[in-house]
Amino acid sequence: MSTQPSTPSTLSTPSAAPAAVRTFSEVSVGDALPAMTVHVDRARLVQYAGASLDRNRIHWDEPFAKAVGLPDVIAHGMFTMGSAVTLVTAWVGDAGRVVEYGVRFTRPVVVPYDAGADIEVSGVVKSTDPETKRVTVELTATAAGEKVLGRALAVAVLD
Amino acid sequence: MPVNADFQGRVYPPTETYRVSAAKIREFAEAVGSADPVHVDAEVARSRGYADVIAPPTFAVLIAQQCDGQLIRDPEAGIDFSRVVHGEQRFVHHRPLTAGDAVVGTLHVDTVREAGGHAMVTTRTELATEAGEAVCTATSTIVIRGGE
Repeated sequence: MSTQPSTPSTLSTPSAAPAAVRTFSEVSVGDALPAMTVHVDRARLVQYAGASLDRNRIHWDEPFAKAVGLPDVIAHGMFTMGSAVTLVTAWVGDAGRVVEYGVRFTRPVVVPYDAGADIEVSGVVKSTDPETKRVTVELTATAAGEKVLGRALAVAVLD
Repeated sequence: MPVNADFQGRVYPPTETYRVSAAKIREFAEAVGSADPVHVDAEVARSRGYADVIAPPTFAVLIAQQCDGQLIRDPEAGIDFSRVVHGEQRFVHHRPLTAGDAVVGTLHVDTVREAGGHAMVTTRTELATEAGEAVCTATSTIVIRGGE
């Protein structure tokens, strides 16, 4: 869990020049975004619970999760959704350019105490609209070899 | 107790004002691993044309889930929270949520339906500034698992 209170040295260093937003003309249908792996452990889920105010015990209390019939603690679906879209925002160059984003939660991400879990995220440009400079990216997120998000589509406005 | 289908179409009064803070945006961005400095550095945000630091795309869920609480906590609705699973979530941003925004949420219960022994409830929270500027539409479908 990141615990830098004042100096955001692990975040991108702010530079004098504004970061460039990806231009529409350089994007084509079928382009693949750089894939990433999101590692999630219990500490991360507690961090997300606090940040999001979603303190449901199934996301941090193993005996409770098992008592309600789950295999183990599971990640917040919204953690998976929120971390997966960073693939798109990093590729676009500005998190404020995502104007639509929707997913189905198809399977839970099970987070064992020791090993945590890895969520593999990839994305492909599905459609582009030259009039609005909007591009639609379909995200794929898998954990333990199973898709955890379905119909995951993010729409961003490019320059 | 089954979910009360009479709630379909219900619209709740606007919630109390939620004030979007730079501190909460930073906390949320770190929790989802968004490294874009636009969440933490006001100068970067201004250089991109925003009034202040902006929230990541899923931040609005924090406010929307508090709105949903009005329905889920209502005993008349018949929703057993221990059986609730999040089925779908969608955001349409009219503009990014920005530090300093004072927003209210209006909860709409769009559909209540039964499918395969489970109940599915789709809610829509319209987030707007106190002045009435539309900011975000957050749509959520929850599944209330039927008894085994």
